[in-house]
Amino acid sequence: MQAVQEPGQGGHEVRLASPGELREKLRSLAPKPLDPAVAEAVNAAIAAWRHEAGGLMPLLHAVQDCLGYVPAETLPVIAKALGLSRAEVHGVVSYYHHFKSNPPAAHRVELCRAEACQSMGADALLAHAEAHLGCSLHGRSVDGLVELEPVYCLGLCASAPSMMLDGQPHGRVSAQRFDSLMAEVREVRAAKGAAA
Amino acid sequence: MSGITIFVPRDAAALAVGADAVALAIAREAASRGVDVAIKRNGSRGMFWLEPLVEVQTEAGRVAYGPVQPGDVAALFDAGFHQGQIHPLSHGLTESLPWLARQQRLSFARVGVTDPRSLDDYRAHGGGEGLTRALAIAPKDIVQQVLDAGLRGRGGAAFPTGIKWRTVHDAPGPQKYIVCNADEGDSGSYSDRMVMEGDPFMLIEGMAIAGLATGANQGYIYVRSEYPHAIATLEAAIATAREAGWLGPDVLGSGRPFDLAVRKGAGSYVCGEETALLESLEGKRGIVRAKPPLPALEGLFGEPTVVNNVITLAAVPLILARGAAFYAGFGQGRSRGTLPIQLAGNIRHGGLIELAFGVTLRELLFDWGGGSASGRPIKAVQVGGPLGAYVPESQWDLPLDYEAYAAVGAVLGHGGIVVHDDTADLSKLARYAMEFCAIESCGKCTPCRIGSTRGVEVIDRLRTAPSGPQRDKQAALLRDLCSTMVDGSLCAMGGMTPFPVLSALKHYPHDFGLSA
Repeated sequence: MQAVQEPGQGGHEVRLASPGELREKLRSLAPKPLDPAVAEAVNAAIAAWRHEAGGLMPLLHAVQDCLGYVPAETLPVIAKALGLSRAEVHGVVSYYHHFKSNPPAAHRVELCRAEACQSMGADALLAHAEAHLGCSLHGRSVDGLVELEPVYCLGLCASAPSMMLDGQPHGRVSAQRFDSLMAEVREVRAAKGAAA
Repeated sequence: MSGITIFVPRDAAALAVGADAVALAIAREAASRGVDVAIKRNGSRGMFWLEPLVEVQTEAGRVAYGPVQPGDVAALFDAGFHQGQIHPLSHGLTESLPWLARQQRLSFARVGVTDPRSLDDYRAHGGGEGLTRALAIAPKDIVQQVLDAGLRGRGGAAFPTGIKWRTVHDAPGPQKYIVCNADEGDSGSYSDRMVMEGDPFMLIEGMAIAGLATGANQGYIYVRSEYPHAIATLEAAIATAREAGWLGPDVLGSGRPFDLAVRKGAGSYVCGEETALLESLEGKRGIVRAKPPLPALEGLFGEPTVVNNVITLAAVPLILARGAAFYAGFGQGRSRGTLPIQLAGNIRHGGLIELAFGVTLRELLFDWGGGSASGRPIKAVQVGGPLGAYVPESQWDLPLDYEAYAAVGAVLGHGGIVVHDDTADLSKLARYAMEFCAIESCGKCTPCRIGSTRGVEVIDRLRTAPSGPQRDKQAALLRDLCSTMVDGSLCAMGGMTPFPVLSALKHYPHDFGLSA
C-alpha cells in the first residue's frame, strides 16, 4: 500500500494509523454521555414526540425551549430515537434559522429587517443598535449580555419599526426607546445580581 | 354601582406598544378609586395608530380611547372615561368611526369585538352556525357551497378553493389531512396573525368544515415561530373546542371525527410555499417539492391534503352560515367576496381594512391611510409581500382584483401593502429583494439558489458602474437573469423575486442611475 503524500510536504512519508489507533479514533467519535440537565431535556422531548408523525420539528423545539439551543452532542441521541441518520437530524437543525447550535446570550434582540420596517427607518435603527451594543448583526454586545439577530417580519408592519426582546414584541421603536429597553435589561440584571 | 367592562386588546401589535402596562394601570387606578371594573382582553380592531385602543362599554355602545399610555390612565378616570365621558384621547363610539364603519367586515366581524378565548362569546356573535349547517348537509354539498361562493385562495395564488376541496373529496383513501398555512412571512401582512389572536374559533370552525367536506379527520395549523402569541391563543382555543366537543372523535355529536394540532415553524420563509410546508410538517428540511403530484392527491405523508391559508379557511364558516350567494354578492369579476387588506409601512393610519374586491390603491392610501406617516410624498407601494411588484402612482387607480393586477405584472398576494415615501431608494429595495431570496432560498433549484446571489452582485455593479454603456450592460444582464429566474424556478420564491426587482427597474430607473 502506498502512503498518501500530503501536498507541499516534499515527499515526507505520512504514517498510516494503526488498527488500534483507528479504534481509538472511532471511540472518540461515539456519542458522549450527556450532561444531566441536557439528558433530562432531550429524554423528555424524545418521550413526548418519538411516536408522533413528523415529530422531529416539535422535538427540536422542545429541546431548544428548554435549553436555549440544540447541543451538538444531542443529535446522535435524537437520531437514534427517531430511527434517522445523524445527517438527517443535523440537516434539519442547520436548515432552519430558528434552531441554534450554541448557547444563547442572556438576552436576545431580534430586529425586523423586512420592507415595512425599512420604510420606517429600520436601517437607521440597526445602525443605532449596533453602535449601542458594540457588535454587528449576528453578534453579541461587548459585555456578552445581549445578542443581536435579524428577523424577517413580526407581523407588526403597521407599527414599524419593530423588534422582539426576549420574546416580547415592541413596535414604533425609536433610538431612544431602544436605549431605554436596553437600560431596563441591565437594571433587571443588576437587581438580580444584587439579590443573589 | 354595577360593574363596568373595559376592553384592552391582547393582540401582539397592541402588546408591542404597551397594552399590558395599560391594562395593569387601569386595574390599579380602578381599585384605588373603588370603581368596579372588569377588564376584557379582546383582539385588535386593526387601527394600529390608535393602539393601545381602550374601549369602555356604555349603554350607547363601546366608546374608544387611544392611543392610551399608562401615564394617561389617572387623567382618563378624572375625566370619567369609565362612564364614556369626553377626554382628549376619546374618539366617540368605536362602531361609528368612519375608518371602521366604511369597511365590509365579514371575516373580521368579530376580531376586536369578542374575547378570543371565549367560546360562549364566539357563539353569541354568530360563531358555530356554519359548522351546524355543514353537519346537516352532504360533504359534496359543502364543497358545492364553497365552489359557488367563488372563494379563491387568499394566501396569494388565488386558486379556487372549491376545486381543491373537490379533488381531495374525490380522492380515494381513508386518511386525508387539512393543513392550514399560517406561515405568514410576507412583510406588510398580519391578517392571519390577527385572526389567530383575535378570533381563533373561526379558523377552527373553518378547518372542521373542511374536514367534514373532504373526509379528512386530522388537521394541522403550521404557524411561524415569529408568532408566539398566535400559537398560545390557538392552543388555548383548540383545547376549549375539544372540551366543548367541537373537535375530537365525535364532532358535535355527529359521530364524525376531526381533530387539530398546532405545529410551529422555525424561521424559514420558504415554508410558506405549500410543498415546503408539508416537508416541514413531516419533520424534514423545508425543501420545495416538484409538482405534480398535487398535494390534493399526494400531500402530507403522501395522503390527499387540503392546504389553505388562514384567511381562506376563516371565510368558510360564514359561507356555510349565510350561503354561497351572500358571499359571492361581494366583489367583482372573478374575484368574489372580500379581501382583508393590510396597510403598512410608512402610512399615517395603517391597519386592517376588509373590503370587497375592487377598491383602488389611491383610495386606500389617502381615504383610509391619510397619506404617509412621515408627511412626505408617497413614492412607491409594494403590494403582495416581498415577491410583489412595486406599484407606481400611474397604477394607483387600478381596482384591487386578481386579474386587474395580473394584467400589469403585479400581484395582490396576501393583501399586504407596504408604503414607501420619497426618501426610498428603489435600487436598494431591489437589492434587498434578491438578498432576501438568497437568505431564504431552499436551495433545490439553481435559478433561485444561485440566481439570487448573482442578482445581488449585478445590482451592486449596476449601482456603482459609471453611467453610460457599462451601466446599461448591467441593467440588461439583470433583466436577463430575472427572466431565467421567472422561467426556471421551481416555486414562487425564485420565480417571483424578479417582480419587485423588475418593477423597480421599470418604474424607477433614476434610482438605478438609468435614464427613463
